[in-house]
Amino acid sequence: MTDVLLDITNVVVDYPIKGFRKEPFRALKGVSLDIRPGETVGLVGESGSGKTTLGRAVLGLAPVTSGSILYRGKDIAHLSRGERLALSSEIQVVFQDPYTSLNPSLTIEQILVEPLTVRKVSQRDASKRVRDLLDQVGLPTSAADRLPREFSGGQRQRIAIARALALEPRLIVCDEPVSALDLSTQARVLELFKEIQERTGVAYLFVSHDLAVVRSLSHRVAVMYHGEIVEWGDADQVTARPEHPYTQRLFLAAPVPDPVRQEQRRADRQRLLAVQAEQNLQAGVL
Amino acid sequence: MTQAMPLQGPTLTVAEEERSARISLFRRLLKNPSGLVAMIFLALIVLSAILAGVITSADPNAASLQDVLAHASAAHPLGADSAGRDVLARLLYGSRFSLAGALVTLVVAAVIGVTSGLIAGYFGRWFDSVSSWVAGLVMALPGFVVLLAARAVLGPSMWLAMGIFGVLISPAFFRLVYASVSAVRNELYVDAARVSGLSDARIIARHIFTVVRAPIIIQAAMITGIAIAIQAGLEFLGLGDTNVPSWGSMLNDGFANIYKNPTLLLWPALAIALTSVALTLLANAMRDELERSSGSKKRRGATKRAQVLVEHELVVSHPDDARTEAALGEELLRITDLAVGYDQADGSVTTVVNDVSLVVRRGEVHGLIGESGSGKTQTAWSILRLLPDGGRVVGGSIFFEGKDLAKASEKEMTALRGKKIAYIPQEPMSNLDASFTIGSQLVEPMRVCLGLSKKEATARALQLLARVGIPNPERTFTAYPHEVSGGMAQRVLIAGAVSCNPDLLIADEPTTALDVTVQAEVLDLLRELQSELTMGVVLVTHNFGVVADLCDRVSVMRNGRIVETGPVRTIFAQPEHPYTQSLFEAILEDGDAREPLQDTPSVETIVLETIGKGASK
Repeated sequence: MTDVLLDITNVVVDYPIKGFRKEPFRALKGVSLDIRPGETVGLVGESGSGKTTLGRAVLGLAPVTSGSILYRGKDIAHLSRGERLALSSEIQVVFQDPYTSLNPSLTIEQILVEPLTVRKVSQRDASKRVRDLLDQVGLPTSAADRLPREFSGGQRQRIAIARALALEPRLIVCDEPVSALDLSTQARVLELFKEIQERTGVAYLFVSHDLAVVRSLSHRVAVMYHGEIVEWGDADQVTARPEHPYTQRLFLAAPVPDPVRQEQRRADRQRLLAVQAEQNLQAGVL
Repeated sequence: MTQAMPLQGPTLTVAEEERSARISLFRRLLKNPSGLVAMIFLALIVLSAILAGVITSADPNAASLQDVLAHASAAHPLGADSAGRDVLARLLYGSRFSLAGALVTLVVAAVIGVTSGLIAGYFGRWFDSVSSWVAGLVMALPGFVVLLAARAVLGPSMWLAMGIFGVLISPAFFRLVYASVSAVRNELYVDAARVSGLSDARIIARHIFTVVRAPIIIQAAMITGIAIAIQAGLEFLGLGDTNVPSWGSMLNDGFANIYKNPTLLLWPALAIALTSVALTLLANAMRDELERSSGSKKRRGATKRAQVLVEHELVVSHPDDARTEAALGEELLRITDLAVGYDQADGSVTTVVNDVSLVVRRGEVHGLIGESGSGKTQTAWSILRLLPDGGRVVGGSIFFEGKDLAKASEKEMTALRGKKIAYIPQEPMSNLDASFTIGSQLVEPMRVCLGLSKKEATARALQLLARVGIPNPERTFTAYPHEVSGGMAQRVLIAGAVSCNPDLLIADEPTTALDVTVQAEVLDLLRELQSELTMGVVLVTHNFGVVADLCDRVSVMRNGRIVETGPVRTIFAQPEHPYTQSLFEAILEDGDAREPLQDTPSVETIVLETIGKGASK
């Protein structure tokens, strides 16, 4: 048994609702998950399922009401700012929207140097590291002096990945990092994620709504629905032979890029929906 | 994916502008005529205030009975006032106190307003509520009355009065900073900085302050102008410190002697007015320069239209198969050699769609697939003639029911849109007006297009809502857009699109903003409605799954051109164009899942493997 890098147990996240004595909104209802070093855990779900909230809870950006998030045995659910700082070289993030995740008024070099300056890296080492990072994500070193707007979505996402890599973390939370990208760009960025993982042994918590994307990158996959994990297991099993009714619906709802097979899948889906409706009806009767 | 075209030219210039903005706002202000004049004038005022002692040797407070109300002379270049004091000296020394007083106001207001705005906007919580409440309270206070009361209690100190005015006007800074900061606070790059371990102070200094800096500078110039006017007002009323020469007290004196020597009034009035005007002009010039990137590009008149040469390129075209042959009816839409262009500031035209030809027949769903910037949405919009500003059809024809839409008048288009050609947008929420109920947004077009009475239209709207699978039509009918989910909103828009029984439906990424399970339902609905009404559909999408699900024929677009077109089954089975092939290769669906992570091999297994390899050799 390998050791566990991140161990999430029964995490509950409540968001306060504005207004006097309003019940808070429970975004996560007791979620448990673990990630091993060098592993990709995919987190699939629809909007509002709580998948992004779980990622933010790991990053310390969402308020954890109860439960524990153990990073290498240490609870990181309620850290002070200073303790978070120490953790920032261990856990990093790549966000969904490559257009708002980079400050538009800073150059690429300034953006990439930022996490390094916190570590008190000298100016000379820092700019050397920036060139190195750009090289790692497949961008020319001349990119350093330019502004984010001069880059396409895929290139910006590469910059965001470079920023996440700057501190050589062991875990990167990826929040829908390819869903804003075109198909061919998406494939290349996923390839980059894979290659970086193979080279550095970093682990990913990979959040996405797209089963195909999650399948291509993840070792294990968790499916979230209404703030809970409804199915959790090896990628191939969850994404090709799902067991939970919701995962089955999700699986059959995604259209296959093949007219013949899609016709088949459409029929399967309608049959599944009919069967599930029947079951719900019976469950209601009983 | 459907934003306005990412045109190469403007993007670059905007980026350059932004960069130059960082280099020097000052240098750009020098190029702005009103900014230059205002800056020169203000520099003169400040200089004369500093060098007052050098410019004139007269003492601003030395009264001399012989010189009472003296006219201009060598000793008194601008004359003397009612106490025989030199007007020029008082004007110059007065500017010292007027500017210093305004500066006191500015500093007090900025320190209070900016700090509290930053804290409230960034940290929120209780400080947010308390400070917003206090700001509201301070704004509600009648400023002048408070200043009068303060004078009564604290005595006639100009500095104190200006300081108090600074407090009174600080909400102007507070609200500005608060609004900009709370807008930036939730930007992802601020989150990313937090995850990088930056301290709050650093995030504020680096990421937040850069955003609010420009508005603060502009506001500062405005407030200085106001402060000078208020100060003059106080002293004009005789509430100032009589020992201090200032523009306001000169105004007071001049007004008292307006019939004896009107020029006494002229000089301070000019100084106050010109300084205030200069500050306002400067503020405006700064705003213009700082916000110029947000589009003040001049558009050339439509009369001067550049010609566009269309070059033809070979399109891989597959013949209809038996399936499409059987299913499709008469020709509905024929687009030939379509070119769409955007007029540029220099009079040239950037084409975003080139040489596009396609035919849509009744009962056909024609997919337009491509990546962002491929021109698929532009093609769809040009059919509706709803291109964004500056865009127009620059070549080719769009024949619909025997009429060329490329040349049709705006009136003819209005008659067609909604009635014959309907449209389903990508973002359901932003295409419903938040201030009207869903019902009224459905009923109104039907009354116009079909000439129904209100009652008939309501009945039909309810019927349509039920048809598109909305569980409780009556409730949705009376609901406002924000009360329904995205999937429901898209159903409402589909109901609206088919309400007038159109012949042609343009669907622009109709399911992109929806969850997968909702997307499947909406696709089912579109398929049912399409066969029920035997419409022709142009479906714009970037998702091959959606094309496979719904389309009869498909055209693959790249860089504004169609590269391959034909029946869906043929193209999916035998894509011929290299670009289409590369797109199919990028599809992930058929790939293998990754194997579960193996436990890190222990030293033992590695040794064993090496031995094994050695043995097998």
